[in-house]
Amino acid sequence: MEHRHLKPDADTREHLVVIGNGMAGCRAVEELLARDPSRYRVTIFGAEPRVNYNRIMLSPVLAGEKCFDDIVINDAAWYTDNGIALVAGDPVAAIDRAAKTVTTRSGLAESYDRLLIATGSDPFIIPVPGKDLPGVIAFRDMDDVDTMLAAADAGGDAVVIGGGLLGLEAAHGLSLRGMKVTVIHLMPTLMERQLDEAAGWLLKNALEARGQTILTGADTAEIVGTGKVEGVRLKDGTLIPASLVVMAVGIRPSTQLARDAGLAVGRGIQVDDHMVTSDPAVLAVGECVEHDGQVYGLVAPLWDMCRSLADGLVEQHSGYRGSVTSTKLKVSGIDVFSAGDFSGGDGCEDIVLRDASRGVYKRVIVKDDRIVGAVLYGDTADGGWYFDLLKRQEDVSDLRDLLIFGQAFAAGGGAADPKAAVAALSDDAEICGCNGVTKGQVVSCIAKGAHSLDAVRGTCKASASCGSCTGLVENLLALTLGDDVQSGPKTMCKCTSFGHDDVRREIVAQAMRSIPEVMQKLHWTTPDGCSSCRPALNYYLLCALPGDYIDDQQSRFVNERLHANIQKDGTYSVVPRMWGGLTNPRELRAIADVVEKYNAPMVKVTGGQRLDIFGIKKEDLPAVWADLGAAGMVSGHAYGKALRTVKTCVGSEWCRFGTQDSTGLGVKLERMSWGSWMPHKFKIAVSGCPRNCAEATIKDFGVVCVDSGYELHVGGNGGIHVRATDLLCKVATEQEAMDYCAAFIQLYREEARYLERTAPWIERVGLAHIVARIVDDEPGREALRARFLFSQSFSQDDPWAQRAEGAEAEHHAPMARFIPQGEYA
Amino acid sequence: MSTATWLDIGWVDHIPVRGSRTVQVEGGDDIAVFRTAEGKVFALLDRCPHKHGRLSQGIVHGGAVACPLHNWRISLSTGEALGEDKGCTPTVPVKIDGGRVLICRAGTLKAAG
Ligand code: SRM
Ligand SMILES: Cc1cc2nc3c(=O)[nH]c(=O)nc-3n(C[C@H](O)[C@H](O)[C@H](O)COP(=O)(O)OP(=O)(O)OC[C@H]3O[C@@H](n4cnc5c(N)ncnc54)[C@H](O)[C@@H]3O)c2cc1C
Ligand code: SF4
Ligand code: FES
Repeated sequence: MEHRHLKPDADTREHLVVIGNGMAGCRAVEELLARDPSRYRVTIFGAEPRVNYNRIMLSPVLAGEKCFDDIVINDAAWYTDNGIALVAGDPVAAIDRAAKTVTTRSGLAESYDRLLIATGSDPFIIPVPGKDLPGVIAFRDMDDVDTMLAAADAGGDAVVIGGGLLGLEAAHGLSLRGMKVTVIHLMPTLMERQLDEAAGWLLKNALEARGQTILTGADTAEIVGTGKVEGVRLKDGTLIPASLVVMAVGIRPSTQLARDAGLAVGRGIQVDDHMVTSDPAVLAVGECVEHDGQVYGLVAPLWDMCRSLADGLVEQHSGYRGSVTSTKLKVSGIDVFSAGDFSGGDGCEDIVLRDASRGVYKRVIVKDDRIVGAVLYGDTADGGWYFDLLKRQEDVSDLRDLLIFGQAFAAGGGAADPKAAVAALSDDAEICGCNGVTKGQVVSCIAKGAHSLDAVRGTCKASASCGSCTGLVENLLALTLGDDVQSGPKTMCKCTSFGHDDVRREIVAQAMRSIPEVMQKLHWTTPDGCSSCRPALNYYLLCALPGDYIDDQQSRFVNERLHANIQKDGTYSVVPRMWGGLTNPRELRAIADVVEKYNAPMVKVTGGQRLDIFGIKKEDLPAVWADLGAAGMVSGHAYGKALRTVKTCVGSEWCRFGTQDSTGLGVKLERMSWGSWMPHKFKIAVSGCPRNCAEATIKDFGVVCVDSGYELHVGGNGGIHVRATDLLCKVATEQEAMDYCAAFIQLYREEARYLERTAPWIERVGLAHIVARIVDDEPGREALRARFLFSQSFSQDDPWAQRAEGAEAEHHAPMARFIPQGEYA
Repeated sequence: MSTATWLDIGWVDHIPVRGSRTVQVEGGDDIAVFRTAEGKVFALLDRCPHKHGRLSQGIVHGGAVACPLHNWRISLSTGEALGEDKGCTPTVPVKIDGGRVLICRAGTLKAAG
């Protein structure tokens, strides 16, 4: 549908030529017509063979909520009525700035007085093998939608690469059209540019509940198929079948034409505040431009740009000053809103509201009494209000306490003093929704002696489940008791009102599976926790879900992340395991070689009966481990909240007093328990007789051999507060000693708080409890032992061997080197 | 002799989320480059103001990193110690371009000194 347009002889007006019949190009013309309808003669060139339509509505078209006619912005009549010549389906191929002409692919040339480039963006296609196969498409225009609809008619599997706004809208549409959809996303959370981790987690859950498969942290290796697409292979080897692959990984400003014409181009075509490029006769607008270092990928900024542009064209300079943007995901039934800067940082204060039962997460970021960002999930009604406050830079200090509850509340619905608000509640007002507890019940439970939050939780159960009413209960305590409120046991950290035990109980009770899930369901007050709670949560989940939970490396203290002990100068020490304190020439030689090869300044016999190599550089660790591994040595976990050493003495094999094979039993115990993650470090020792040369009675688990069997001791500590062990019991055989040890470790793993060693744990729960669980309850002991061995079946892969083979190399290698006097590599 | 004002140090994606990587500077201290949960990237001298702990090895949370040696919390954007602690680590300007991380050359030289 190409029309040739010859300049009518009579028309002496300046000629404005527009390249790009998209959202910005046509809007600019509309703005111009609104100011001065007769000033310019207008010709628009469009690569797409159709009139101007609303691109953002392609998603509802794909989802079946709209058809193409519904989304047309300017129909054919608009062009005719306004005397605009449209050349559609014939892209401009070149601009000649000297001659002031443009030439299309078909060879049509047109001269201009003013040129406007509005070519939008090109979808970014990741350069993997198979990217050009039929069935691999982007999501940018109506043709792409038609391809998707045809694919959906044929049914089958679709893969969407990219879990941002565009990808998720494509996935949603395809899934509504009956395809089985898998979303592959490189980042750990969906829509990471708009949403924080907490909201991203909620979104992933909601999409999975609708039947989509969401793979995060997944990297595409290639697209496979002969003649047409048949599947996508990930870097980890997984093959996902697909008859359609939609790449929605990002867009790049479409700048080729401008670049070829010699205009100044950075990331986009560079323009000034009036959208004028480096050539005064050429303007540019929309996604193809770069203004003040910024490029945009949303429509709102285009409207502002088009206004300034049109003002400039009719000489009423207003000037574009950049835009603040907000986004919403157009997937029906899932409400997501994000605006401004949500990265937090200095002087920024996060106000977080989480309502687990309604699936709501709201976070407003305030800096210097102004809102700078907002992320809303599940309840986005106040998105517009926050965005407005943000854009107007309104001082919100007066609203601060009520801000997060939304406009209705902040505008006077709620009483400003929360305590007064609670006091005003009637006795049968429900305080705790999870457990159906009324205000009257809470007050009477306080009156009967529950003088702390924990006591209230323990008696009437208010605030014991999701914790969202904690604030209300605390206010009731304060109202009822005044200054007599007792502070409860310590909370895990400032991010939560729950203590360790509550968190662990709820992780198991609610079958929670990830750190963001725990934070959401238990109403964390920070978006991603802190260095106290994250390692604890990581451990609790690991313990609750052996084999299943994916360890979060970034929630581990450096020693456990690098599998070595950090030293005060930033180097590391390396302690290989020496089972039961035994070694041999091969191991000693390998250690000697490592010390020489890597210039380790010191090697030392530790207090735990093994050798410690000091002063190894982070970059050298994998090579050191490879050398040690070649001699059969594995990680000694001297760095971990894990089994450390098993000290032994020589025992019956050599010692004149030895009663049993203490060395052999020590080795067996170490082989059984190495690699296990624990609340804190754990040490074992086995002495061959009561002379106790292995110091078994100051270990977490100690065995003292006697003629008639084995005395088992628990809860010893040689550290800051020396504590001798308690005698747990005496057993007759080695096997029993092993079984009791396994059961004891598992009880400790499941019940102790993170960073609580066995000594303080036993002091807290009492030896009687341990005896009841391990000695008196045989089936219980068996079950604990079985759980320990099950979890061990996943944890006895030597972490050093994995790293030596190249796993997680990024932890060791620098990203770049810089040599100030020369080039950098 | 390189005269670029910005040093291209690699892909953003190569910095773990809530983690960090280092840039070695010959004859000076390393620069630690952090990436937060929200995807922001910051560069600081890899040296805690307290006793010179390697900040790159700490736990990143919110807009701060907890030093691995004695748990001081250092702001990633200003380098200031947060809370009760007092001290400051030099920061290096960062910009992201097309998925690449660029750090300011002059800032790097000054910080790594
Ligand atoms: C290397 C070693 C000292 C030595 O040269 O012998 C050592 C070195 C450290 N010990 Fe130890 N302890 C070492 C045996 C001990 C022992 C003796 C033992 O295990 O028989 C004890 C007392 C027994 C006990 O644990 O109950 C011991 C009690 C501690 C404590 C106090 C623990 C407590 O519960 O009070 C700490 C501090 C902590 O863990 O928080 C600690 C912490 C440390 C740390 C990890 C300090 C730190 O956090 O950086 C030291 C690491 C040095 C490094 O970089 O390698 N170390 N430490 C010993 C390594 C044993 C091994 O082969 O794995
Ligand atoms: C599926 C989808 C959903 C979206 N949802 C939203 C949303 O919810 N909210 C939001 O704010 N934004 C959304 N966007 C982004 C929004 O559509 C864009 O920001 C907007 O369309 C940009 O306008 P533009 O005019 O710069 O580019 P376009 O609208 O892409 O227009 C550029 C036009 O120029 C044409 N062209 C290119 N080169 C040439 C040439 N050489 N000769 C002639 N013509 C050429 C192209 O074919 C195209 O028609 C969405 C985008 C897509 C694809
Ligand atoms: S006793 Fe103190 S100084 Fe010595 S290794 Fe242990 S923690 Fe370090
Ligand atoms: S060196 Fe960083 S906290 Fe001490």
